[in-house]
Amino acid sequence: MSADQALLGLAIAALGTYLWRFLGVAFSGRINTDSGLFRWMSCVAYAMLAGLVARIMLMPVGLLEQAPVAARMLAVALATAIMVWRHPRFGGLVPALVLGCVLLGGMSALG
Amino acid sequence: MTEPRWQFTSKQEAIRRGLRDGLGVPAAVLFAGMMGFGALGHSIGLSLSLTGGTTIFMFALPGQIVFVEMMAVGASAWLAGLSAMVTAARFLPMTLTVLPQIPAAHQSRFRYLTVHMLALTTWSVAMRDFPKMAPQYRQAYLIGLSAACYGCAIPGTFLGYLLAGQVPLPLTLALLFVNPLFFYLTFFEVRPLANRLALVLGALVGLGVHLVSPDYSILAAGLIGGSLAFGLSHGKAGHT
Repeated sequence: MSADQALLGLAIAALGTYLWRFLGVAFSGRINTDSGLFRWMSCVAYAMLAGLVARIMLMPVGLLEQAPVAARMLAVALATAIMVWRHPRFGGLVPALVLGCVLLGGMSALG
Repeated sequence: MTEPRWQFTSKQEAIRRGLRDGLGVPAAVLFAGMMGFGALGHSIGLSLSLTGGTTIFMFALPGQIVFVEMMAVGASAWLAGLSAMVTAARFLPMTLTVLPQIPAAHQSRFRYLTVHMLALTTWSVAMRDFPKMAPQYRQAYLIGLSAACYGCAIPGTFLGYLLAGQVPLPLTLALLFVNPLFFYLTFFEVRPLANRLALVLGALVGLGVHLVSPDYSILAAGLIGGSLAFGLSHGKAGHT
């Protein structure tokens, strides 16, 4: 891959990514937060996010594929348990995030 | 309307609160994710400037991963760029759900610039916390939050690239897992019911479509899963 090709690719990817943001700003003024359209857009946004997260966790492409599927699943299960039975002082989010990722790394190290 | 829980007396105060909140978990999540991404860029043989450039000019981690992996296997610049663009389609519903919550009179003049700093991380925080503050302070808060996250993502990418090779693989994997796990954990606080339903249906549709057509799985998850959730909860929206 030449430097020119890399630069061209980056320009297309950057403009392509920004295009969605641009369209969002341009049309946002016409959307009322009490409207059905707004509630539908929220559903679409959350569904996209969930689809993305489910794919990265269950069917990752690239490097994350090298983490065993059991490690990924156990990390999610541990994090879920911590969120449900959150610690009175440390809360749920931070310990769930840290311990889930530590478990994933640890299990990957063991193969 | 009930009193907002977070009382601000000035926009400066809202910016500072946004910066402070951003420098906690959200920036740490982005920093870790971008470190993992930097290490990925190094391991597949991309230059430091191209790897860092994607963070500066795209600032969309899933799209960046798709882009660099396609470039690494020798895909054409057009194909890699357009694939990243398809992955970034989520920014349309994201901006269309965050910005209407800010009154037009209080939107930044620079919103076409600041929208570049919107990330999934800041979006999920904004969706959760905007109801806690008066509408006129939301733009200022979001700018502080976004600046903190964007500001940490760039050094994170460079650091990950430079440390790659010295970071053992399990640690890189753990770093790459921080982002998806964070988003999964924010799902626990999503309201109302329609949005919760959208999460479940989006995940199911996304996985199903991924088996057939990986490129369009995210788009399909959003449009099909989201519309189904909206339709099923129609008339009940607004209640938890």
